[in-house]
Amino acid sequence: MSGRSSTASNNYLPFAPGFVDNDGPKIVSTRFGYEDSHTLARSLATGGYDGLKLALRRSPAEVAAEVKEAVLLGRGGAGFPAGIKWGFMPPVWPRYLVVNGDESEPGTYKDRMLMERDPHQLIEGSLITCYALGLNQCFLYVRGEMAQAQENVAQALNDAYAAGFVGKNILGSDVSIDVVLHWGAGAYIVGEETALIESLEGNRGMPRLKPPFFPAAKGLYMKPTIVNNVETLANVPWLMLNGAAEYRKFGSEASPGTRMVAVSGHVKRPGVYEIEQGVVSFRDLFYGDNYCQGIRDDNELKAFVPGGGSAPWFFEDQLDLLQEGRDVGSAGSMLGSGALIVMDHTTDIVKACLRLVRFFARESCGKCTPCREGTAWEEKVLQRILDGHGRPNDIDLLLEIGKNISPGTYPVASFAEQGLDTVPFPPKQTTICPLGPSSVAPITSAIRRFRGEFEAKIDAAQSARVEA
Amino acid sequence: MSRLSTENEALAREIIARYPRPKSALIPLLHLVQEQDGYVADDAMEHLAELVGVTPAEVLGTCSFYEMFIRHPVGKYKIDVCTNLSCQLVGGEELLHHAEQKLGIRPGGTTEDGMFTLEDVECIAACTEAPCLQVNYRYEYKLSNEDFDQLVDELRQGDRPEIPNHGTLGLVRQHIAPDRLAGIAAPEVTGTPAWFASRQPEPEAAK
Ligand SMILES: Cc1cc2nc3c(=O)[nH]c(=O)nc-3n(C[C@H](O)[C@H](O)[C@H](O)COP(=O)(O)O)c2cc1C
Ligand code: SF4
Ligand code: FES
Repeated sequence: MSGRSSTASNNYLPFAPGFVDNDGPKIVSTRFGYEDSHTLARSLATGGYDGLKLALRRSPAEVAAEVKEAVLLGRGGAGFPAGIKWGFMPPVWPRYLVVNGDESEPGTYKDRMLMERDPHQLIEGSLITCYALGLNQCFLYVRGEMAQAQENVAQALNDAYAAGFVGKNILGSDVSIDVVLHWGAGAYIVGEETALIESLEGNRGMPRLKPPFFPAAKGLYMKPTIVNNVETLANVPWLMLNGAAEYRKFGSEASPGTRMVAVSGHVKRPGVYEIEQGVVSFRDLFYGDNYCQGIRDDNELKAFVPGGGSAPWFFEDQLDLLQEGRDVGSAGSMLGSGALIVMDHTTDIVKACLRLVRFFARESCGKCTPCREGTAWEEKVLQRILDGHGRPNDIDLLLEIGKNISPGTYPVASFAEQGLDTVPFPPKQTTICPLGPSSVAPITSAIRRFRGEFEAKIDAAQSARVEA
Repeated sequence: MSRLSTENEALAREIIARYPRPKSALIPLLHLVQEQDGYVADDAMEHLAELVGVTPAEVLGTCSFYEMFIRHPVGKYKIDVCTNLSCQLVGGEELLHHAEQKLGIRPGGTTEDGMFTLEDVECIAACTEAPCLQVNYRYEYKLSNEDFDQLVDELRQGDRPEIPNHGTLGLVRQHIAPDRLAGIAAPEVTGTPAWFASRQPEPEAAK
């Protein structure tokens, strides 16, 4: 990790670039204060693999019950409780655990940090999960572009195998579990769990249709498969060691524990923070002294993305919402992957919107027509508006294209005081996976709130045309 | 270029053995090819097809889906500048523009001396450290234009030995000693692990 400016003042630690210690409770970042946090020696000196030892003394069913009781919400995007998902597996073997380390949602930076800085915690969490599910083959899928994470996880696995924590007869017991490092090759869509499985089978990473291909029933090689996010599983060792009751002391009733969030864009102190779930408002996070300390140059907030590039945007009206999945959902967006992107009043909204849409257009896997064609058109129309060639009906055209991808009311933040409805989230979709609808979110968010900015660009283009 | 060397073929076989089905090893194997040659050549794909028991067309099918696999020679250093939203907001596009000027190439292009290839890429999970880039998948954070120039000069002068040539990803590989392996089985092999069966409270209380 050789960032040349990694000693900049807002980096708490040069060896975990971007991590900011906010003095709050820590569950997954406890070792980030050590330069050698990624080594087996440091892990063992600080309680590493104690959770596994404890788990092995209990029955798999008891371990699974503890996780279920804790309400460990998935941190990959959908926020589904891990304990309940694990219960969906039919009694069929072989079965697999696939750890999703493909982190590529725009704005998201935390799984990479967890893999680079504390790979043993992730391996331990994965092993406990394998034990609870009664399976002996686990694949740890790390995003292709993350060379350092691949190295650190590989080294950790080599050390853990040699020391008897992974592989045959774990800790001298009869329990044997293999954990295999797998790595990708650059494709955002592979983060979607069924595409991840296709990719792990050596195929093009295109999503499968759900139903019938729910991974818990028909996953890797059409066998029952649990896919969990890196951060989700990184919580498991602490949870095992301290118990569900302790875990539930952090965060809110509905969303216990902590969560790693990355705040980027126009804040004074961007960074990765471990915060309690469900109790910190967006305002606290952006303006609080322990967190981001305000908008840069004390500018005004224009808009923010509350949960990764796929999430509909929020505005100052939503600042006082708590970062609670349910509340954010009923306000028309999602907490997604813990990625918050802050835009101040100097932001060109059309440009920002185009950049996210261009991402989805580039990353569409091409399997279904509304997404493959629709995202390309969305990009094209936005580009011409930005370039000063917008046409009078382009705004309607954009909304129309969006309707073909996610029909019905658009998922946008509600503005009751402006006479606009609350709309349901997640959106309806004509596509196989949610990538297509995700491309619609920035467009509807931006047009609904800043229609005037789109119109101004189009009008300017029109008058330029008339003059010419 | 070519098929895998004898040494790399042995490595390939070791990787294949870690998967329940050989084809699952395809992405790691394509990376191995790219590490050997700097890009993925047709001959190499044919070799992989033999090794995992699929047709060369299937290997190409997989290879062509993933952005990191490149089918022609590129620069020794591939510089990927992120321009996605978090980076765009704090100067990612300006950094890319500066890189174009400095190197005299557009995204997708390679300098005449074969040293650098430039790309305009999507989010690389360093959004709080924007603007940022990767050189052969190694990070550089919060770059100013001067930082970029310095980086390029250092790379030209060979002052960044920790950054391997394009194609090489992690410098550490997973190796599982045969006596430590729990045992990878084909998906056709059914039955619960013995340790699990013996820990079930009731005979048929499988979950
Ligand atoms: C387009 C798309 C991209 C996704 N990318 C990721 C990702 O990079 N990492 C991740 O953990 N989950 C990602 N997900 C969510 C996964 O499909 C899956 O829900 C998640 O890995 C489950 O883990 P969890 O229950 O522990 O959150 C993505 C979903 C979609 C639709
Ligand atoms: S919605 Fe887009 S990314 Fe998802 S399956 Fe369809 S084409 Fe592929
Ligand atoms: S947007 Fe550039 S690293 Fe995430």
